[in-house]
Amino acid sequence: MSETGVIHDIGYQRYAGERLGRLAALNALYVHGLRASFGLGRSAKAKIFPWLVAGIMLLVAVILAAVRSQLKQVIFTYVQFADQMSWLIIFFVAILAPALVSRDMRSGTLPLYFSRPLRAADYVTAKFAALTTAVWLLLGVPQFIMFLGAAFTGDDGAKGVWNEFLDLAPGWGYSLLWALLFSGISLLIASFTGKQAFAAGGIVAVFLLTTPIFGVLSILPSTTANEMAGLASPMTLIAGVGAWLSGNTENTLDPGRFGPVYGIEAVCLIAVCLLLLLARYRKVASL
Amino acid sequence: MTIIATEALTKTYGGGVTALADLTVAVDAGVIGLVGANGAGKSTFIKIMLGLVPPSSGTVRVFDLDPVTETDKVRARVGYMPENDCLPPDVSASEFVTHLGRMSGLPRTAARERASEALRHVGLYEERYRQIGGYSTGMKQRVKLAQALVHDPDLLLLDEPTNGLDPAGRDAMLALVHRIGTEFGISVVVCSHLLGEVERICDSLIAIEGGRLLRADRISSMTAVSDVLAVEVADGTDELAAALTARGLTVSREGRLLLVPLESDAAYDRILQAVSELDLNLHRLDQRRHRVAELFTTKETADV
Repeated sequence: MSETGVIHDIGYQRYAGERLGRLAALNALYVHGLRASFGLGRSAKAKIFPWLVAGIMLLVAVILAAVRSQLKQVIFTYVQFADQMSWLIIFFVAILAPALVSRDMRSGTLPLYFSRPLRAADYVTAKFAALTTAVWLLLGVPQFIMFLGAAFTGDDGAKGVWNEFLDLAPGWGYSLLWALLFSGISLLIASFTGKQAFAAGGIVAVFLLTTPIFGVLSILPSTTANEMAGLASPMTLIAGVGAWLSGNTENTLDPGRFGPVYGIEAVCLIAVCLLLLLARYRKVASL
Repeated sequence: MTIIATEALTKTYGGGVTALADLTVAVDAGVIGLVGANGAGKSTFIKIMLGLVPPSSGTVRVFDLDPVTETDKVRARVGYMPENDCLPPDVSASEFVTHLGRMSGLPRTAARERASEALRHVGLYEERYRQIGGYSTGMKQRVKLAQALVHDPDLLLLDEPTNGLDPAGRDAMLALVHRIGTEFGISVVVCSHLLGEVERICDSLIAIEGGRLLRADRISSMTAVSDVLAVEVADGTDELAAALTARGLTVSREGRLLLVPLESDAAYDRILQAVSELDLNLHRLDQRRHRVAELFTTKETADV
């Protein structure tokens, strides 16, 4: 009986359990980044912004779904929804990309990561995948709500649902393109500074400053210049790729015969962003 | 058991800065002090051992593994505590250490358990759910130590662990490092520019200067024959020195003190006899342990 009240100091215990490899660490960093994007596991203050953006987009989606189901009117298609939400997405990546990478840079945490099995490429992959997933969810979930509103209130039964899904799938793909390009650009900018406010300003500036270039080019009295104008700004670039792939040029800009150029530029831009990110972190990782 | 072995290790950075030159050491398990002035090459040595920078020439083996080619295996067995501030202010210590445990490849639940354990061992148990931003410098140093300990390494590389701590904090940190080295069975390399600090807790010492090895040895062999008696008398120091020399003792002067090597206990008697025969006022007669620092200074002057 007298033994029960005694606190034993069991001393240091060696760890004999399982040790997972780099892939597990990469996966853990990805999940951590994705959670952090939505403020999970962070302070209440960090939750406000992502959920405000998500809330607005969900609200819009619910309204669109309601209008679609009650009045049978299509206000935005899935692709148009992504286009209309572009500024919200820009603000989202402008706040979240610095939260994902600038924070580690500012607090000097990187040496702790890179003294572990994790490599620069793993770090970049995990962060890029996390932000891409976050942006894609931000667009994809509201699009899915729109789909629910449209598909299950129609009169065509299963066939109607399937047709609606065929509309949704390209919309999701389009959202993924948004997510890839915007994550790449914003992470690259954010990785150059430890100050979150600077990084956010830089990201918004890049998107903001390229828009007037597009504006000027698109009103020049030359069809070629007009058709190529979209290449100047990331937002119109994606719109151009979307128009080229779907062949639908109403309401959006018309890439004309330069469609493939838009596609190539989008792919190259994403690749270049990732390569520069990798080069940046290679340098940081060697301290 | 040799845990770190280097052979003619040299690191030259681009721009011709030589951080390490021709360093050859073999270090046994235990608490190892790595001493040198700022810029002596201590941090470069640590980075090479972690595989963060490749050596320009020469070889290095940690646990008989090559950090350049077997980086993952080395890093899995090594914990690193950097010199600089490396903690984000807006997470709790518990979360942060858990996260880094997972980065070291621990499964989720194991990482959480090990994080609590590590924080408990460094003396942060009650406070671990508070945000790091509100911690004192001493507590932050402990969190840095805990994150190096979380994946149960076989070797800890601590870069200036007492940086920025007050005297009491320094003592506590050194005691903790000593405990890790002796009770936990983990070898520790402690980097410092303060020799007096690390010599208290280390089994062996590596001293480097300007990238070159000054001396590497066990502390015990460094201080073995270094006991001296310090004698201070009111006046007549010169006469006493002469008398002691006449009695066959080697005497050296240090200001008002006479230093006599303590070869046997008979030295006490001989000194006392000499003092009483000369009828001098003895102010002080005490045994003094040679500081390791003095060994280095004599070695250096001998080199010149």
